[in-house]
Amino acid sequence: MSVRKTKHDMPEQPPQERIKNFKEVPYGYSKEIAIEEAKRCLQCKNKPCMKGCPVEIDIPGFIGCIAQGDFEKAAEVIKAKNNLPAISGRVCPYESQCEGECTLKKIGEPVGIGRLERFIADFEREKGKKPPQKPKSTGKSVAVVGSGPAGLTCAGDLARMGHIVTVFEALHDPGGVLMYGIPEFRLPKAIVKSEVEYIKSLGVDINYDVVVGKSITVQELRDEFDAVFIGTGAGLPNWLNIPGENLDGVYSANEFLTRVNMMKAYRFPEYDTPVKIGKVVVTFGAGNVAMDCARTALRLGAEKSYILYRRTEAEMPARAEEIEHAKQEGVVFKLLTAPIRFIGDEKGILKAVEYLKMQLGEPDDSGRRRPVPIIGSEEKLAIDTALVAIGQSPNPLIPQTMKDLKVGKHGNIIADDDGRTSLPGIFAGGDIATGAATVILAMGAGKRAARAIDDYLKNNK
Amino acid sequence: MYPIVDKKILSENVKLLKIKAPLVAKKALPGQFIILRIDEKGERIPLTIADSDPKEGTVTIIFLEVGKTTKQLGLLHVGDSLENFAGPLGMPSEVKKYGTVVCVGGGVGIAPLYPIVKALKKEGNFVISILGAKSKDLLLLEPEIRAFSDEFYIATDDGSKGHKGFVSDVLQQVIDKHKVEMVMAIGPIIMMKVVSNLTKKYNIKTLVSLNPIMVDGTGMCGGCRVSIDGKTKFACVDGPEFDGHKVDYDNLMLRNRRFVHAEGESCKLAGDQ
Repeated sequence: MSVRKTKHDMPEQPPQERIKNFKEVPYGYSKEIAIEEAKRCLQCKNKPCMKGCPVEIDIPGFIGCIAQGDFEKAAEVIKAKNNLPAISGRVCPYESQCEGECTLKKIGEPVGIGRLERFIADFEREKGKKPPQKPKSTGKSVAVVGSGPAGLTCAGDLARMGHIVTVFEALHDPGGVLMYGIPEFRLPKAIVKSEVEYIKSLGVDINYDVVVGKSITVQELRDEFDAVFIGTGAGLPNWLNIPGENLDGVYSANEFLTRVNMMKAYRFPEYDTPVKIGKVVVTFGAGNVAMDCARTALRLGAEKSYILYRRTEAEMPARAEEIEHAKQEGVVFKLLTAPIRFIGDEKGILKAVEYLKMQLGEPDDSGRRRPVPIIGSEEKLAIDTALVAIGQSPNPLIPQTMKDLKVGKHGNIIADDDGRTSLPGIFAGGDIATGAATVILAMGAGKRAARAIDDYLKNNK
Repeated sequence: MYPIVDKKILSENVKLLKIKAPLVAKKALPGQFIILRIDEKGERIPLTIADSDPKEGTVTIIFLEVGKTTKQLGLLHVGDSLENFAGPLGMPSEVKKYGTVVCVGGGVGIAPLYPIVKALKKEGNFVISILGAKSKDLLLLEPEIRAFSDEFYIATDDGSKGHKGFVSDVLQQVIDKHKVEMVMAIGPIIMMKVVSNLTKKYNIKTLVSLNPIMVDGTGMCGGCRVSIDGKTKFACVDGPEFDGHKVDYDNLMLRNRRFVHAEGESCKLAGDQ
């Protein structure tokens, strides 16, 4: 029997419908489609897909269970390695990880591994998750700073090893970027909360409103706990550094998305936090965050939502699926353009952006062709809102207040691959160590750090 | 949850709340602020700490009812609780021995000035305080600040107490009389601007405490960015205190009006309920 060459499509809300709401775009696989898709898997002996998985899931293993219709067993296989499958099943860049290594790519499309992970996670959540048996307590305690993907993964794994884990979160909700950054239509907040509930069911305690570095120092945590994991992420927004960036109407992607996602400004005035966008919105940058901004703007009622990017589509850092979704929804891409200044009215309210046309020159350090301005190509575009989504830097709060901790030139905490920092008993992972990357890489870092912490607690104390 | 353990009505629309928040109280230093959220649907607002008691585990905030959240906050009573109360945030004041210092407070800005006055006095400075308000009924913490001041002046817009006119008039007289090493000014943006313009002429070090719109308060959103000497700084992590001579006050005033329209809508709806 020949194998189907293409992935089964995941049904989704039609673009014209979904830009009027914040509901999730794809609906997910049905049981029947999931089984059909799982049957495409060749069950390769050497499991190439697993090489691409930062959290080490037994991919052919769980897919084999789905093919046999045993969804519960599939969930167990995933959960053995990944505590947050409903999240990674939605936001992972599968195409460059597991699916990028799939043998089926030689004849067509890879197995829809991400879609199958999501299917199982949703199946399990709807059925009611059962926490695994509690291990025997080691009596050792660990403080985890930050409840984003790195912190939650590290906390969950440590709890399953029998350690007593306390998470300290600065904000009022758990999840970090999963809550404030990624929009509802891509990662529903109820799903994040449900995954967090699962982590809590493993015995993890989460404290909110604790700004580590301010409310309590890492050193104080170190004195109180046997080890500390720092997963405070890349919270500091980067700016374009062009004139007019402080005008009324220019937001960092972080401010815009935090207002809308975490503070629920899209439901103002039922929720108290406002956001103001006007008719024409321009997002600068072309990563996943930029796509999130441009698509959110449409849902808030923008008549036009542009992405301005200084290179071409081939260099865009966003996942192909995000770019595709943005295009379907009507986001207009103005490529090879670089802003040079924002223009405001006499009251200081943003009215326009002036930009230069670019052309691609020689490759730069990143291997991508460097954009070069075309002299005399200035143009203006009348806009109401500018969203700056050109990346984030590591949050400086902890490095600032902990002088002995070695920090790299970009403000990142220096840690080895397993999260060991320059100080014994203090570990770090995720964006705070690597600079802004992906949710799944942060989860992978949290996982490796949990193992290193376990090792440290067993041998050094 | 953070229970309210004491409440005082200081004037018609200025209220004092003492909140049980042991972690914040233990670490709070003069000049720092907190971020609070009243309930699940509330916004996060920053308020500068007016006082704290680490033994009792309490933090005092004093606020002017200007928008939906502060009005709602003013309606709460002892026994009610706040959903969130995070801090202390921002850098503490540069409290040290300067010599002669002048502390200028205007309106509700007098509240965050109070712990700084106390701390500067404790360091052995000669403290001259100038408090300003629209009228004598709106003057905050007069006896408290007077108790820690070597010289004490009042200015009211209507002349109902002290000098009739602005705090800057009194500051001019003080500068004429004393060799002033440092001026600390907290109040309406326009007051801090006028004070800074005056002290710049005499090259007197001047610190101001800024209160831009914030969301997270931890350096994440950049909503509170202010222009200091042409460079962008975040009031939440780099401030809230800055060199008064370097602040772009006009940009701050503009940025603080970003959501006036929404604020009006929110207040109207709350009033209709």
